[in-house]
Amino acid sequence: MHDATHPAEQTAMFKAGDRLGLDHLKLGMWLFLASEVMFFGGLISAFLHFKINNPSPESSLLDVVLVGINTFVLLASSLTVVLGLAAIQRGDRRGLMGYLVATIILGFAFLFGQGNEFVTLYRHGVTLSSSLFGSSFFTLTGFHGLHVFVGICWALMTLAKAARGGYAQEAHLGVEIFGLYWHFVDIVWIILFTLIYLV
Amino acid sequence: MSLASEAGATAGGWRRYFTWNTDHKIIGVQYLVTTFCFFMLGGVLAMLVRAELAQPGPDLFNGTEFNRFLTNHGSVMLFLWIIPVLAGFGNYLVPLMIGARDMAFPNMNALSFWLIPPAGLIMLASFFVGAAEAGWTAYAPLSTQTPVGQTLWAVSVLILGTSSLLGAVNFVTTVFTMRAEGMTFWHLPLFIWGMLATSLLVLLATPVLTAGLVLIAMDRVAGTVFFSAANGGDPILWQNMFWFYSHPAVYIMVLPAMGIVSEIYPVFSRKPIFGYKAIAMSSMAISILGLTVWAHHMFTSGMDPRLRIPYMISSMIIAVPTGIKIFSWLATIWDGKIRFTTPMLFALGFISMFLIGGITGIFLAAIPIDLHVHDTYFVVAHLHFVLFGGSVSAVYAGLYYWFPKITGRMYDERLGKLHFAANFVGTNLTYLPMFLAGLLGMPRRVADYSPEFTTLNLLATLGAILLGTSTLPFLYNAVVSWVSGPRAEANPWRALTLEWQTDSPPPAENFHELPVVKHGPYDYGQGIGVGGQGQTAPAVGD
Repeated sequence: MHDATHPAEQTAMFKAGDRLGLDHLKLGMWLFLASEVMFFGGLISAFLHFKINNPSPESSLLDVVLVGINTFVLLASSLTVVLGLAAIQRGDRRGLMGYLVATIILGFAFLFGQGNEFVTLYRHGVTLSSSLFGSSFFTLTGFHGLHVFVGICWALMTLAKAARGGYAQEAHLGVEIFGLYWHFVDIVWIILFTLIYLV
Repeated sequence: MSLASEAGATAGGWRRYFTWNTDHKIIGVQYLVTTFCFFMLGGVLAMLVRAELAQPGPDLFNGTEFNRFLTNHGSVMLFLWIIPVLAGFGNYLVPLMIGARDMAFPNMNALSFWLIPPAGLIMLASFFVGAAEAGWTAYAPLSTQTPVGQTLWAVSVLILGTSSLLGAVNFVTTVFTMRAEGMTFWHLPLFIWGMLATSLLVLLATPVLTAGLVLIAMDRVAGTVFFSAANGGDPILWQNMFWFYSHPAVYIMVLPAMGIVSEIYPVFSRKPIFGYKAIAMSSMAISILGLTVWAHHMFTSGMDPRLRIPYMISSMIIAVPTGIKIFSWLATIWDGKIRFTTPMLFALGFISMFLIGGITGIFLAAIPIDLHVHDTYFVVAHLHFVLFGGSVSAVYAGLYYWFPKITGRMYDERLGKLHFAANFVGTNLTYLPMFLAGLLGMPRRVADYSPEFTTLNLLATLGAILLGTSTLPFLYNAVVSWVSGPRAEANPWRALTLEWQTDSPPPAENFHELPVVKHGPYDYGQGIGVGGQGQTAPAVGD
């Protein structure tokens, strides 16, 4: 039985896919992300439906400046992922590990910022069950935060594999796939930030 | 069949079916057998519903019990039987048909299967704590107020959706990256096109249901107010999220079934399929159009009246690609050298009954008719002709057709025909009276009814008993033939698709030598053979 984690062996065996120039892990990840787009699409639609049809004064409690800084933190973490990938493409394993650590720290910083925001809102009486705004705001941003958390766990696993010497100049697909997920989570946040805080 | 492959195919014996196994053929059989068990459970629930409805008046169960049986009948049949059983065919057949050694992600494949039994147990365990009773559609606010079983229902459906999603990622990736040499997209068997179209829908529609289920679960568990009208929430939002998935889900439940019968007609008519590209592309068209029609389920829900006409038009347009398929199938068997084997009989039954289901779907898409028959037995009859007369017939056709390939044994043809006859008569006897009852105004999902509907309901109940009984010859046939049926040849039907160009059952990793494809899958009577195995398939009819 061939193992899905050996792309070199796969491409040797399956010439048709080779001709298409598609790696099956990357294609699989893109398909999964397409479904994630629809998942967030569902939650965002629900949020917008209520935002438009039942506008809430509570949204004025949102602190655009603090969340803007938090957004910058998350964007920076995407940059570190890109730099990490570039490092391993040069064969620089230490560089990859350094940038992964930076990504993880930035990810936690984002979650800390989000937690801080949630606590502030709760102090003002905005909770999951206080109103439609509370329900849809916490659900939507909460699920995004959950995705960031999953991304941090994934980054930790990638870091552990990098520490064991699992990636090399010619074999860094795992870093790339992780990067796809991380950038996706980042892009979702840009959309959420725009729709929740700016519009 | 060589001795080596014989040993390979039987290594581990029956025990391997109860383990985490990454062989797509094992997983396929795990899917087929497990989901068939759920089919029988769903059937028992249907029998309980029909028993209550045999006579007017609440004679066996009270309303709540009836609602629980009805809800779980629908949920089990859709989420634990018809969707996963078709994924089971996909698992078994996709790698074989495209000439691959396995799926792209074998471990994820095993995971998609092993999510199903726990999800099924969660759904059925809810009977001990007050099972879901809001219908398989789980309309809010009912579904946010009923007992705790509804939460288990949501969790179960969420897990099953995830399983289906992982499967879809796997199918698309496998078809795109692992085809044998020469297996171009225009040489793909039509079942593969059906699986591709279905997987596309699963990828785009299922996550929206997942989001909806999350909201239902949050309302129930975390005290959110999404669907609570008292707090400004919107129950219609659930209907939109639910039908955004569940209408495409109808195509998820029927596109692979259409793929199955598209394999069967040419083989047993000894003719090339008529309109190969038309059938393939109409699957993709159904898949894309299918995402734009969901609100036709909500004509009576208080939706914006301006939206009704667009949804009516899109719903009717979707009948066009479906019609293209039906005419292509008829043209395929037209003037063919037809062999009335059990799979062919079920496939022909599929056309006739699916047609009734499909055409009544156009009735229902018409706003004025829908306003009258909405939530009556007309709808029940329509959906059962599509899903039982259609999808389940195709599943049976597929089970008989690939039985020799999967088990290496032949089934008993006489028992198969008996099964077909009972199933065909039973289906029509059960569901035709429901059309009448619906047109006369009998509401669905109610344990009691006005005495004027007694005859029609008694007929339906008798049909249901016949349908239930018709499963017995199939079960007997399947079990006895699998254990001691006559050995099957590699290619008993003399078919041209790749799964028949290897042993029955196929060896580990499917092919002794990877096939090279030089012609289309249905080139009967074209004077060609199949390369790659050193075998030549019969080029002409019997």
